Amino acid sequence: MAVTEIRPTTDALLKTQAPKKPANMGQILRWMLLFLGGVAMVMPIAYMISTSLKWPHEVYNLQLIPDEPHLENYTYVLEDGRFYLWFINSLVIAIVTTVCNVIFDSLVGYTLCKFRFPGRYIVFIAILSTLMIPTEMLVIPWYLMSQQFGWLDTYWGIMFPGLMTAFGTFLMKQFFETVPNDFIEAARIDGLNELQIWWTVAMPLVKPALAALAIFVFLGNWTAFIWPLIVSNSVEMYTLPVGLSSFGDEADVAWELIMTGAAISTIPTLIVFLIFQRYIIRGVVMAGLKG
Amino acid sequence: MYRNLTIRQKQIVWAWAFLALPVLFYSVIRFYPTGNAFFISFQDWNLLGDRTWTGFDNYQKLFADPVFWKVFKNTFVYLLLGTPISLVISFVIAYHLDKTRFMHGFLRMLYFLPFMTSAVAMAWVWRWFYQPVPVGLFNNALAGMGIPQFPFLQSTKWALPSVLAPAVWAGLGFQVIIFMAGLRAIPRSYYEAARIDGVSSWTVLWEITLPLLKPTIVFIVVFSSIGFLRIFDHVFNMTTNNPGGPLNSTKPLVLMIYETAFSSFDMGYAAAQTVVLFLVLLVVSLIQLRILRDT
Repeated sequence: MAVTEIRPTTDALLKTQAPKKPANMGQILRWMLLFLGGVAMVMPIAYMISTSLKWPHEVYNLQLIPDEPHLENYTYVLEDGRFYLWFINSLVIAIVTTVCNVIFDSLVGYTLCKFRFPGRYIVFIAILSTLMIPTEMLVIPWYLMSQQFGWLDTYWGIMFPGLMTAFGTFLMKQFFETVPNDFIEAARIDGLNELQIWWTVAMPLVKPALAALAIFVFLGNWTAFIWPLIVSNSVEMYTLPVGLSSFGDEADVAWELIMTGAAISTIPTLIVFLIFQRYIIRGVVMAGLKG
Repeated sequence: MYRNLTIRQKQIVWAWAFLALPVLFYSVIRFYPTGNAFFISFQDWNLLGDRTWTGFDNYQKLFADPVFWKVFKNTFVYLLLGTPISLVISFVIAYHLDKTRFMHGFLRMLYFLPFMTSAVAMAWVWRWFYQPVPVGLFNNALAGMGIPQFPFLQSTKWALPSVLAPAVWAGLGFQVIIFMAGLRAIPRSYYEAARIDGVSSWTVLWEITLPLLKPTIVFIVVFSSIGFLRIFDHVFNMTTNNPGGPLNSTKPLVLMIYETAFSSFDMGYAAAQTVVLFLVLLVVSLIQLRILRDT
C-alpha cells in the first residue's frame, strides 16, 4: 500500500521552486513540535512501565527513571498466580478466535466473491446487515443463551460471539477480488477440488490481507472487556482485562502493583507491534480503507 | 450422484457446503439474538421470575427516568466532544507528519503506540494520574509548580472530560495513520498544478487537500462516533468504586445497560435500553453519512 511508498512530500513539491535555504527553520520547528507531541503520546506508557519497576516509596515522585529499578513487583504479581492464569486465558482465547476468523471469514469472503449460486445476494446482504447491530444489543441474549446451554464461565462462552465477523468477511471478499479468475479456472482444469483451490491457490495470494485480519482480531480479543466481564464468573476464567479490573479494585492494592498488572497486559502487544511495525501499519491502513 | 452434475451445479453444491456452518453461525449468534433483544424489550423479566408481556411499558419507564436522560446526554457529550477533538488533532498531526521525512517512521511509531494498548490497562494508568496529592501524577506536578489541586475524577463537571481524554488519546494513532494514507492517495498532479499557479500552502490545504480527503474524513467521523457512543471500558475502570459517578456524571448508555442487566437483572428494561442504543447508533451514522456526503 501507499503508506510505505517513498515519494517527495507535498511540501517538497510546493517548495522546489523556491530558492533553497541551508536550514529551513519552519521544518526544524515542525519536527521539534511533532517530536514533543510524540513523546507526550507515549508518556502514559512510559510512566506505567517505570512505575512497575519502582519501590513503593518512589511511586509518587515524578521521576521517570526509577532510582533503583527492580523486578520485585513482577515477581510478586506473578507469584500470586492469578495474572499467570489470566495471561494464559487471554492468549488461548485470542489465538483460537484469530485462527477461526482467518479460516471462516476468508472462506465466506471467497465463496461470496468467486462463486455464482442462488442465494448469494441474500447471504451477502444478511451478513452485511449484521455490521449495524452493536455488540451491546446482543450481550443480553448471548448471556441467556450461555446460561441455558451451560456456557457461562467457559472458554467457549467467552469466545463464541467472535468466531466469525462480518468486518473480516468483507475485508477478505474485497481482497479476493484481486485474485484473477484465470488462476482458479486453471486449478480446476488441473483437477483440484474447490476446497484445495481456495486453500492452496487463493489463500496464498491474499496473505497480506490475512495478516491484517489476524492483527485486528487478535488485538480486539486480547483487549476485549465487556463480554468476558459478563460471561466469566470465577477468578480462574477471567481474561487479562477483566482480571486487571478486579485486581485494581481490591482496596489494599498499591498503584505500583496495578501498574505492573497493566504492564503485563500491555507489553506483549507492544513487543509484537515493535517487531512487525511495518506490516501492522500497512494492515491497519488496508483494513481501515477497504473494510 | 455428484459426478452427474453440471459444472454449474457442482459450484452451487460447493458454495453451500462452504457456507453451511457460517450461515448457521450468523443465524444463531447474530440474527436470533437481535430479534430476541427486541422481543425481551417488551417483557418484564428479572431472570428468576416469570416473563410477562408488558408492551411498551419498559420504553415508557425509560423515557420517564431522569437517570436515562442524564445518561443519554452524557453519551452525546462523549460523542460531541470526542469526535471533533480527535478529528482535528489527528488531522493536524497527520498533515505535518506527512511533510516530515527526518525520522518519519520513528515519529509515526510514537503516535501509533497507544493504539496497541488495552483500554482497561490504560484506564487504570490514567486513573492513577488523576488521583489527588500525594498519589496522582498530574496533581503532584501541579503542586510542584505551586498550582492548586485539580479535581479530575472527583468533580461532576470535570470527570467526564477526564474519562474521555484517554479514549481520545488511544484512538489518535489509528486516525493519524488513516489520514496519512488518505493524504498519500491524493494525486501529485494537483499539487504540481497549484505550484505552477503559485498558490499559498494555506489555500492548497483548504481548496485541494481537504476536499479530496472527504472520503477519509467521512470514514473517520463515522468510525470514531460509533466508538464514542459505545464508550464503556474507560468509564467502568476509572470509576469502579462508583460506576459512572460522581452522581452519574460520567455514565454512558452502555454502562447503564450493563448495570440494569447484570446488577439489577432487570432484563426487559435493559433490553429496551439496548434497542435505544441501536437506534441512536443507526440514526447518528445515517445523519453523518447524509451530511458529509452531500456537502
